[in-house]
Amino acid sequence: MTADSARADQTLPARSFAPTDASARSRPRTGQPLLEIAGLCVDYGVGDGAVHAVIGADLVLRQGEVLGLAGESGSGKSTLAYAATRLLRAPGIITGGEVLYHPADGQTVDLLALDEDALRSVRWSQIAVVLQSAMNALNPVLTIGAQLTDVLRVHERGLDRAGARARAGDLLVMVGITADRLRSYPHELSGGMRQRVMIAMALALEPQIVILDEPTTALDVVTQREILEELMTLRERLGFAVLFITHDLSLLGEIADSIAVMYAGRLVERAGAASLFRAPRHPYSLGLLNSVPALHGPRRHMTGIPGSPPDLRGLPAGCVFHPRCPYVMDRCRVDAPPLLTLEPAGDRVAACWLQDGSTPVPAELARDPRSQS
Amino acid sequence: MTEPALTTSPAETGPALLEARGLTKHFPVHHARQAVRAARLARRSDPAQGKSGRGAPVVHAVEDVSLALPRAGITAVVGESGSGKSTLARMLARLITPTSGQLLLDDHRVPASNRGRREYARDVQLVLQDPFSSLNPVHDVRYHLARPLLVHRLAKRGAALDEAIKSLLERVSLSPADQFLGKYPHELSGGQRQRVAIARSLAVTPRVLLADEPVSMLDVSIRLGLLNLLGDLRERDGLTILYITHDIASARYLADDIVVMYAGQVVESGPAESVTDQPAHPYTQLLLSAAPDPDRAEPPSLQGRGSPPSLVSPPSSCRFHPRCPHAMAICAERTPPAAQVASGHLSACWLHAQGLDSEQARPIAARPPGGPPAMPRSAPDPGEET
Repeated sequence: MTADSARADQTLPARSFAPTDASARSRPRTGQPLLEIAGLCVDYGVGDGAVHAVIGADLVLRQGEVLGLAGESGSGKSTLAYAATRLLRAPGIITGGEVLYHPADGQTVDLLALDEDALRSVRWSQIAVVLQSAMNALNPVLTIGAQLTDVLRVHERGLDRAGARARAGDLLVMVGITADRLRSYPHELSGGMRQRVMIAMALALEPQIVILDEPTTALDVVTQREILEELMTLRERLGFAVLFITHDLSLLGEIADSIAVMYAGRLVERAGAASLFRAPRHPYSLGLLNSVPALHGPRRHMTGIPGSPPDLRGLPAGCVFHPRCPYVMDRCRVDAPPLLTLEPAGDRVAACWLQDGSTPVPAELARDPRSQS
Repeated sequence: MTEPALTTSPAETGPALLEARGLTKHFPVHHARQAVRAARLARRSDPAQGKSGRGAPVVHAVEDVSLALPRAGITAVVGESGSGKSTLARMLARLITPTSGQLLLDDHRVPASNRGRREYARDVQLVLQDPFSSLNPVHDVRYHLARPLLVHRLAKRGAALDEAIKSLLERVSLSPADQFLGKYPHELSGGQRQRVAIARSLAVTPRVLLADEPVSMLDVSIRLGLLNLLGDLRERDGLTILYITHDIASARYLADDIVVMYAGQVVESGPAESVTDQPAHPYTQLLLSAAPDPDRAEPPSLQGRGSPPSLVSPPSSCRFHPRCPHAMAICAERTPPAAQVASGHLSACWLHAQGLDSEQARPIAARPPGGPPAMPRSAPDPGEET
């Protein structure tokens, strides 16, 4: 497997690892778990006024995989990523769960239990984050060269100034920016170039995991497509795993291997990308898919999801989605459904009472994932 | 411009309610250093370009755009950021004065001066993109909706005003209306805020609604609700709507006609399905190839790369030619005329022209754009040097 062999060799693999054909991308990936998030709970604030932003999230990111995390604003997807990397700022507090990182060559560590020094050795060099807004994430008073070399020199003590400079130039070239841009300040770059710089910074130390938080949301479609293509090419070459956070489910359909959908701080469905698109099992996933107008075919009236996203300060009882759910049953108003395992392999879960076998499932939520359309 | 006006107008689906003819907007470049640099850049690329009559550099935000909004029709304007679509909307709303060109409402010319502004505003209303900043945070919903009614003397204070406000809220499906009257913007969700903003525009019973990216700040799950609201307003009340967006799929969903803008010019226009299913202009093809589409089996191949040009010194003639994979010699010399490619479907591209001689049709390589190189993958691999 391309990803595994790339990992064994710690230097950047040579050009022979350049993009493989399309069939390789669609092949299901069954790599070893790299990052395991189990029962993660995050609150904002303490006491009675605390808002539960993430509740009991379970996620597994495998080697070489692109895991999409989809959800609306306020669904807790960014909070989950920040908590998992311990980047969460007050008043955010991690109240439970564990985040296990399994490096290819070493001991499994619980990121939530590490002290600051140990955490520093893992973060960025093993797990890197590309933040959402490149405009705010880059320091406006430093050149991008200074910001790139800063990363390299902090983490690689032996590197001298000239060496760091050369490496920074190489990194820029890698994301499609000429090296003379090292002297530019962030405001001199376009939005797409700034986002590319952020990606170059994240990849500077050849991490195993890259967490991308809405990396293309503020960009135009053409720039977005270029950056996605580049990311996927780099991923083939460097073999890192990606946690891709976005609110745009249609984007994930093209790039992700598996997708987790969050709603109001809870995971509501997790499935392979193709299965989720062809055969969603949770009414919220179905609603999200029905919210994106198609580019082809007859124009038909679509309804989206009625109602508004929930207010985390006053969540409804029972299933949090029930006030907006077209299939709501009496049971949903009282009991919150657990994540039910729908397939023996355990890689398909949904939190919906419709799927526990006690009631007939509506046809839209019982499609065969193997059938086309 | 050496060529006659590039004028494209949407399908002739009926008499136009609001029409723009040859609208052009040039913004002066104020900042002195920028001005000097822009002028130098402009001289370098083309001595004839980049200057207005007075010699100061200008941003060519919108160049000679003609547009007709048919009665009770929905027209979508699609383009990237910086394509001039918001500037166009602001000119149509008369918030900014065009450099040249004219507006016709009901076939009557709208005076260029500020006279008659209030009457015009009663007919043509603009809904802004960001409902988080277009509502005043220190005032409640009642205040926002009462203002237009009072300013335009459409209701007297008292019970009649309250009734009018409630019926407005119900028109945008914010019911029960009583619950929303006393709420402040921060107590509303994004979708509810945008509905209040639309209700505020509807207060003066306009005939034309200009919606400038009304859903792009909202969550995916509630976008459709708002698009459907716009569709209902057209169906029920016969409202004429201009829907500005960067999302071509939503334009296809909502609109009758689509107008595609690039770098301040209209490049293609026509019935929505015709434009999205048989795109004729290379830029429209690029937009469609870049749009996310889960139905796509293979990763798409992008039909051209790079980013839009500087509008201080835009490329000569066809502004898309530096990025166009089909660029020919003539594209850099003469502005392409709008050619009819299907019923009511116009595209401004030399590819549709017949009888170009071999020199004119000579392919010219798409220049790599000023920013990132065209093909990042061909860049040298840093791994080999470290």
